[in-house]
Amino acid sequence: MSKSNFSRRGVLKTGAAFGGVLAAPTFFTSAANAFTNAPGASAVTLGFNVPQSGAYADEGADELRAYQLAVKHLNGEGDGGMLNTFSSKALDGTGILGRKVEYVTGDTQTKSDAARASARSMIEQDGAIMITGGSSSGVAVAVQGLCQEAGVIFMAGLTHSNDTTGKDKKANGFRHFFNAYMSAAALAPVLSANYGNDRKAYHLTADYTWGWTQEESIAAATEALGWETVNKVRTPLGAGDFSQYITPILNSGADTLILNHYGNDMVNSLTQAVQFGLRDREVNGKKFEIVVPLYSRLMAQGAGENVKGIFGSTNWHWSLQDEASQAFVRSFGQEYGFPPSQAAHTCYVQTLLYADAVQRGGDFNPCAVVEALEGFEFDGMGNGPTLYRAGDHQCFKDVLVVKGKENPSNQFDLLEVVDVVPAEQVTYPVDHPMFAGGELGECNPGA
Amino acid sequence: MGDIVLQILNGLDKGSAYALIALGLTLIFGTLGVVNFAHGALFMLGAFVTVTISKLLSFQSVTLSETETTAWGSPLEIREPVLQAWFGDFGLWMIDYTVLVSVIVAIPVMFIIGVVMERGLIKHFYSRPHAEQILVTFGLAIVLQEIVRTFYGANSISQSAPEALRGMMDFGVVLGFEPGMVPYPTWRFVYFFFSLAIIGGVFAFLQFTTFGMVVRAGMADRETVGLLGINIDKRFTFMFGLAATVAGLAGVMYTPILSPNYHLGMDFLVLSFIVVVVGGMGSLPGAVAAGFLLGILQSFASMNEVKEIIPGIDQIVIYLVAVIILLTRPRGLMGRAGVMED
Repeated sequence: MSKSNFSRRGVLKTGAAFGGVLAAPTFFTSAANAFTNAPGASAVTLGFNVPQSGAYADEGADELRAYQLAVKHLNGEGDGGMLNTFSSKALDGTGILGRKVEYVTGDTQTKSDAARASARSMIEQDGAIMITGGSSSGVAVAVQGLCQEAGVIFMAGLTHSNDTTGKDKKANGFRHFFNAYMSAAALAPVLSANYGNDRKAYHLTADYTWGWTQEESIAAATEALGWETVNKVRTPLGAGDFSQYITPILNSGADTLILNHYGNDMVNSLTQAVQFGLRDREVNGKKFEIVVPLYSRLMAQGAGENVKGIFGSTNWHWSLQDEASQAFVRSFGQEYGFPPSQAAHTCYVQTLLYADAVQRGGDFNPCAVVEALEGFEFDGMGNGPTLYRAGDHQCFKDVLVVKGKENPSNQFDLLEVVDVVPAEQVTYPVDHPMFAGGELGECNPGA
Repeated sequence: MGDIVLQILNGLDKGSAYALIALGLTLIFGTLGVVNFAHGALFMLGAFVTVTISKLLSFQSVTLSETETTAWGSPLEIREPVLQAWFGDFGLWMIDYTVLVSVIVAIPVMFIIGVVMERGLIKHFYSRPHAEQILVTFGLAIVLQEIVRTFYGANSISQSAPEALRGMMDFGVVLGFEPGMVPYPTWRFVYFFFSLAIIGGVFAFLQFTTFGMVVRAGMADRETVGLLGINIDKRFTFMFGLAATVAGLAGVMYTPILSPNYHLGMDFLVLSFIVVVVGGMGSLPGAVAAGFLLGILQSFASMNEVKEIIPGIDQIVIYLVAVIILLTRPRGLMGRAGVMED
């Protein structure tokens, strides 16, 4: 008969001792860091989560260029770009709080699950203290939620859905980009002035969070003008051929088509709407018109000549003549040989704003960053005087109404700014019904 | 009524593309027994032949301005279209007819791509299970699309139809409707008749030539044809090249309808595969009939009146029809007995 040398008491003692040893480093780490991924003394890591594959890969590549430029400027390399025009002078080209800025990148693939996985990896494996980027509202909402749970700051890239700072807003998330409500509020007076107040509008809408809020916003704004909404038709994302959605417009009695599409959907639906002769038609005694509420120069390039004369809105455009925009265009153009897109601009600005908030607050703790950004008023970033509103973490600034240029002078000169709508005209209360349903909550420092 | 006619036209148009891709897909399956998931990529490559030709034809010489600068301080690039400078009006005509020039170029290019694909990769998988064939061809499709994305980017690239074919045709007048009731883009009619010509050409080739007869014999009984001393493999390689050319031409002519992007092939692949299954694996008339049928059904399902009754039907109709047909006719509409039943 064999006899075991292990006693129950012995096993428990040994287990407890091993457990204590294994738990000790985590415990000490937790006590040392009051927040997730506290940086060391020499460097701080930022996580740039952009679409590097998929339909928005070109926009993602432009975002990444802007981030790399921002890092250069923060570390005192290059000409400084908008650091020279930024109203806050806290940043001095020595990194953030004396630490050199380093970065890691992730590929969102413009898919929420992939974006969350890459953000999680950057936070857990690479020690990223802030996550930024993206080219889709679905992705922004998903990553923002993750950052809130993980206790890091999320500085949104290109996201235009009302929900990002509406029902899905989070205390750790901040959006510099404008939103669907602002586009509608800025566009409405221009549409009224150019097309009158007696129009029948037909909406084609991308069937996801951004499309829904864009449709709701622009329909409300045009109906307030006196326009009638004939129909709102949801189209699947990436439908490709939109002919079966466009032909019903021909005999619908509508005299205006509002395309709540972005990206390749916008390129295809606009191209096909023009192909079906909509812009050559006369309905109700008026010339048929097409409106694209959210424009992007990269998308306008894809749609080619079809964008000529079509109104839309944009967050920023490289042809702006203010000192800050020119500084950024010069810096970006010298680095890459072409002007930046609006996505590049918002990503560059978000990086600088985060760095500045840390510098001003004197702390990398996300709650200190939130405190520094909430209610922060600044200028010199290309959009005029801007406020990061405390109530929803949305930036309020001027909005550009643009039109497809009739006679472009070069391949980048596709949109002309027809109006700069002041921030007051696009401002709404925090509890506006289109943004209702969510709570900002408390900042989460993590750890 | 005008709306219904318009949706039928949309369906025929969409069905033309489905039928052309499915025709090649089923041709390859019928001859080589390979389920080629890279066939959508061939459609996409055809579209990018047009993009490449367009870039070549509109090639511009660049000189740097000595006086003007860009917004970022570099000397302004002054661009001059080379073709126009060299050939004048003929150069402009060539640029205008880029799509048709691309058709001529795409025929040899796509044929060679098809033959290289078959000889270089797919022939090694003839005796492997269908699951492995699907995996390797799907992998190839991803590789091809990523190569295209590397060179051309992810954004769609606009391509115009020739100016003379860019306008609208009032088709309703032909049917006795009031003018303006059924306007339809001329190029979409061109695409429809082009696809009919290609489909007719492929059928005539298989039906009325000795080569086609041997291929059909090989499709029915490959072993016996081989025993007769005919090198059926060479003919099947040719058929793979032909199928690639058909898919490529479908892509070339589709560029004014849908601005090409690197993902175009994947968008069409799944639908075309369903078309082949619904039509009957290996059946050429089945693929064509199912292509047009599913195109028309998809268009009708997108009508607002239909969507009000069954919301979201436009997104599932093709799959729904496939399920119903496979439940009632497991071999598809015109499938032959014995195909994929072992």
